[in-house]
Amino acid sequence: MSDSIEKVSIIISKGSLEGIYPGLIMANGARAEGIDANLFFTFFGLDAIHAKRLNHIKVAAVGNPGMHMASLVGVLPGMSAIATHMMEKKMEQFDIPDIPEFMELIGDTGCGIYACKASVDLFGFTKEDFIEQVNDVITVGEFYDIAAGGEIIFT
Amino acid sequence: MTIDSIAGSSVELNDEGFLTDPAQWNEDVAVELARREGIDPLTERHWEVLRFMRAEFEAKGTGPTVRLLGKTSGVPVKELYELFPKGPAKLAAKIAGIPKPRGCI
Repeated sequence: MSDSIEKVSIIISKGSLEGIYPGLIMANGARAEGIDANLFFTFFGLDAIHAKRLNHIKVAAVGNPGMHMASLVGVLPGMSAIATHMMEKKMEQFDIPDIPEFMELIGDTGCGIYACKASVDLFGFTKEDFIEQVNDVITVGEFYDIAAGGEIIFT
Repeated sequence: MTIDSIAGSSVELNDEGFLTDPAQWNEDVAVELARREGIDPLTERHWEVLRFMRAEFEAKGTGPTVRLLGKTSGVPVKELYELFPKGPAKLAAKIAGIPKPRGCI
């Protein structure tokens, strides 16, 4: 086992704000440390690279103990939007980029960005639905090839 | 912590190779540090980034992260990764003789 990490491949499988950001921060952080990085979006994670959806990612307000708010309150219409808005305002304060800007930044760092073929087929998407930073739509086998020799992180 | 002789002057480096005292830095030290990192020669564009990083450090007490560097230095992120292939903010900070920037984005 070597002392430093040389490559990291991060899977993003969730479509909520708090489900997407950790993976993005880890990918960008890896590149900032000179570590090779790949992002693999699957299932609801595809929303983060979908051109029409990445501007509408929300915080989960129901069934989310991390919110410190009762789900009974969270189901009320508009609560998710309010929670998301509050979170976004805070992030702006700390100069954390929104998802579209973050994806552009991550693309510029040379991180590999991939969509999961199985999920793309399942949701009836095509490569054209995605932002230009997406390198390719690949299978899980192809992902393992790309990730070989490095760490794999599932989020 | 090691004391190195770089470009004729005595310079103290921490375990990661960063200067422990930014005041010991000068342009010749930068050239040598860059060479050790595989960046040779340092072009004018490299110097733009290095000067910017030192200015930021002098003004704010800390160097910028890659994102801030890309937004405010006039050199875009894509080009930063071309100039300093392995982690631009970290590498440019090392060559500029300032501490490693601490930030997550």
